[in-house]
Amino acid sequence: MLIEDEPNIAEAIRFLLTRDGWQVTALADGGVAEQAVRQDRPDLVILDLMLPGRSGLEILMALRADPALSGLPVMMLTAKGQGRDREAAERAGADLFMAKPFANAEFVAAARSLVGL
Amino acid sequence: MPLNALTGSRVRERRLALGLRQAEVAKATGISASYLNLIEHNRRRIAGDVLRRLAQALATEVDALEEGAPDDLAEALRAAAQEPGGERAELERLDEYLGRFPGWAGVTAGLRQRIGQLERAVAALNDRIAHDPHLGAALHEVLSAVSSVRSTAGILAETEDIEPEWRSRFHANLYKDSERLARGAEALVTYLEGAEQDATAGTGSPEEELDRWLAARGWHLEGDAAAEAEALSTDVARDMARRLVAAHSADVKHLPDGAFDAAMEAAEGDPLRVAARMGSSVLSVMRRIALRPGAVEGLVVCDAAGALLLCKPVPGFRPPRFGAGCALWPLFSALTRPFQPIAAELVMAGRNGDRFAARAYAEATFPDGFAGVEVRQAGMLLTPLAGIASAAALRVGATCRICPEGGCPARREPSILAGI
Repeated sequence: MLIEDEPNIAEAIRFLLTRDGWQVTALADGGVAEQAVRQDRPDLVILDLMLPGRSGLEILMALRADPALSGLPVMMLTAKGQGRDREAAERAGADLFMAKPFANAEFVAAARSLVGL
Repeated sequence: MPLNALTGSRVRERRLALGLRQAEVAKATGISASYLNLIEHNRRRIAGDVLRRLAQALATEVDALEEGAPDDLAEALRAAAQEPGGERAELERLDEYLGRFPGWAGVTAGLRQRIGQLERAVAALNDRIAHDPHLGAALHEVLSAVSSVRSTAGILAETEDIEPEWRSRFHANLYKDSERLARGAEALVTYLEGAEQDATAGTGSPEEELDRWLAARGWHLEGDAAAEAEALSTDVARDMARRLVAAHSADVKHLPDGAFDAAMEAAEGDPLRVAARMGSSVLSVMRRIALRPGAVEGLVVCDAAGALLLCKPVPGFRPPRFGAGCALWPLFSALTRPFQPIAAELVMAGRNGDRFAARAYAEATFPDGFAGVEVRQAGMLLTPLAGIASAAALRVGATCRICPEGGCPARREPSILAGI
């Protein structure tokens, strides 16, 4: 599941992962993300740090607070210059950080590594 | 050498600096050499005609002999000597330097002041880059567009068998993102150009600009003050001036001239009694007293954090422009005890030992009612006193850095004055 508010980035990621054989659900609003994760139980959550509705950090903390979801792999998308937020996300239990802009091959490899492919 | 030599000492310094003998100068002045000797050792007071002729004989101004080099200049040079690299400055010969090379001393002090201004400008710009939300948003926008372009271009370049439908979609995305990038870059350039202009216009802090403006108009805040305030160069200085003028006109509205003068007379100038008669805030009365045209009183107003909101200096009492004032000011005693009047006789530490009757009072208001926060302010009105200090007088300074009071238990940092 991809939670990213930039439509063109979301489209690129969706294309890349679909090509790699993933099923991708994309959301643009942080407010509905937690509920969607609970319903869909995805194998991997890709979460942008800066989102409308609810920040990626808050969503991550909510997921990690639930024992049923605490083991869910989460990749955080960050931008340069968000050092402090990144530290907070690290403490909150993000599994991996991907800094924008990223190389496509690197991105797909990171997603694979998180689900043990 | 004393910190600030007396008139006689300055006569002597000046004469020695010119390489003249006492007899020569005495003759030119029309006094005896032994009388000049007494003058030079501060054993005879001089003034009037003798001083004028003496100044003439020494090719200097009466003011220079009477007041010596301006305190501000001496203070600026002492502060310069505290800066890194200033260890070798001959502080003990400061008065001689000031006397012999007033021009160079002015240049040195001016350079130091300019460095201070530039340091503050750099700090302000650093702050802006680190915390400016507009800059942050502009950079984020550019970064987002770049990320999108990179991924999309990567897909187009690396996916050989891409469906025509997807390809045209990604091309359209690329085009949109390139437009976004162009706009973002343009916004950044505009922003940075604006910053450049601001930085060069920032000659000195807004507080300094406001101080100069207030001093130039003799703290007269009526009439054209509101219009003139708009001519200040920085937004911050303009805003501060506007607030001052607005507060003053509100005070004048509550305490109109005729009624205020009558109450002042009936209450013998006691701010508490004036406030009681007129049913107004004591701080308004204090401001009204200090800001009426030609007022001799000085006034300091601070907020609950002790930050100085208003400083009207009086000769002999110059509150610091930056940083906190002297911890011993009755202002701060009043701040911790709202609605309790505190009166004290103050003697300023230092050569002149200017004396003031200080009256301090703090008020608390609740602009947002029971649910809101307390806004506390304290004011201290200073009325210059003549004559000799009484034993009960409280010795205070302006601020530690320029206070000569040795062994003060309330000192928080060393003084830049020699020997403290």
